Amino acid sequence: MTAIEAASADLSSAQHERARRLALLARASRDELEAAWAALPVQPSVTALRGPETGLVMLRGRMGGDGAPFNLGEATVSRASVRLGDGSVGHGQRLGGDRQAARLSAIFDALAEGGDRVAVDALCAAIAARVEADAAREAAETAATRVNFFTLVRGED
Amino acid sequence: MYVAVKGGESAIENAHRLLADRRRGDRSLPAITEAQIVEQLSLSVDRVMAEASLYDPGLAALAIRQARGDMIEAIFILRAYRTTLPRLAVSRPVDTAAMRIERRISATYKDLPGGQLLGPTFDYTHRLIDPALVGEPDVPEAAVAEVTGEPVMRVADILAHESLIELEPRVDAEPGDITREPTEFPMPRAERLQSLARGDEGFLLALAYSTQRGYGRSHPFVGEIRIGLVEVEIDVPELGFAVSLGEIRLTECQMVNQFKGSAEKPPQFTRGYGLVFGQSERKAMAMSLCDRALRAAEYGEDITAPAQDEEFVISHCDNVQATGFVEHLKLPHYVDFQAELGLVRRLRANYDAARAAEPEDDSFEEAAQ
Repeated sequence: MTAIEAASADLSSAQHERARRLALLARASRDELEAAWAALPVQPSVTALRGPETGLVMLRGRMGGDGAPFNLGEATVSRASVRLGDGSVGHGQRLGGDRQAARLSAIFDALAEGGDRVAVDALCAAIAARVEADAAREAAETAATRVNFFTLVRGED
Repeated sequence: MYVAVKGGESAIENAHRLLADRRRGDRSLPAITEAQIVEQLSLSVDRVMAEASLYDPGLAALAIRQARGDMIEAIFILRAYRTTLPRLAVSRPVDTAAMRIERRISATYKDLPGGQLLGPTFDYTHRLIDPALVGEPDVPEAAVAEVTGEPVMRVADILAHESLIELEPRVDAEPGDITREPTEFPMPRAERLQSLARGDEGFLLALAYSTQRGYGRSHPFVGEIRIGLVEVEIDVPELGFAVSLGEIRLTECQMVNQFKGSAEKPPQFTRGYGLVFGQSERKAMAMSLCDRALRAAEYGEDITAPAQDEEFVISHCDNVQATGFVEHLKLPHYVDFQAELGLVRRLRANYDAARAAEPEDDSFEEAAQ
């Protein structure tokens, strides 16, 4: 999540918080989203503003990693925008073709925008814990493959 | 030329039914699932995504299954699917410096910040068939070690400190897109890289190999290969900030090449760049060698080898185009062939007539010479 935090350094704290929430919702599994939806004490009425729909995002790289941009290739992306009964609007977007997950993400974003934080904060905390645990385990597995060089005694000495 | 013909509908229908049957294979064995392909044949999935130019592991696995494991057929199917979807957004350029590293090696520096991280590699395996894999053996969990937290610095940045490597101009010009604009040569490097990123691994590998064998030699070193996960972000106008869509796995290769200098440029190292979807190390290395070879004109180098010939490389690296044109030859060419047959028969008749008219004994002609 460091990239998100660095990129959103100049945002207001509300924008920063929303960017973080959307990044976590994009990483949520369909099961996590459906369980959180089923657990809501009151399920809001939902009006679709856009989608849910699946399309493409053109992914860009930079020449040499740090030069001018170029088009690398596309990825599937699903997105949805919804309005809840209280008028709050939310957006969901994620890589892949899971439109239902994008729609549920948009609903949770809208709930948080409408001030109904408890369920959304709990969901985001659970996603963050899982994502961070996975990343930490993967990093530890990679670290175990680090080469520690040692110098052999050379014959000519 | 291909001439449209009718007929054979039931033969085609039954052939496709037979294909479905053979694809399923022995019914007493369980059917393979997309999830199994994604998890256990992940490098095949990565290759299909890279050459189809569409990142979606589940769809790539379905394409592999549908194609009975024929990679180019799977690439074709996924590339075709891509054309059915609208483009909703363009990402911000991915930041490979911030990659969550799964593998990172350098052949130019032994001790470098972040270290040499081998990751899940075939390197140093014995390449012997392993009978222990038969069946469902218990596979131990991966080993773990403490993470140092040391930043994994780019090798190019190390050389840049001494000004011994060419710098990439950091401009934010809108790059051309080969999927939207007709192919024209000379082609800007951005579009060449887009073509190479989805180019056929075997073709690019052979060209890269040819540069090493002397056909456009470029004195390459692997400055760095890194494989890992990068964040994909798009700008959402209604929000006013960039939103993360999740992560994708990429392989990046920085090839560092010796350059003796020219009238305009001092001696320095130059760069070839490879960036490919998934864990695709061989392809990323081949791409970076081809990228450098195709920059020959930029450095005033003589263009003498196939790998340096932009039109040759770019026009032939796409395996979907290549297979379409080669494989179309098997479609009915009956009328075409009848015309050629008639022509060859006439030529043969003329040839035989001319031979018959010649003197029976040609020893005279030989003596005259």
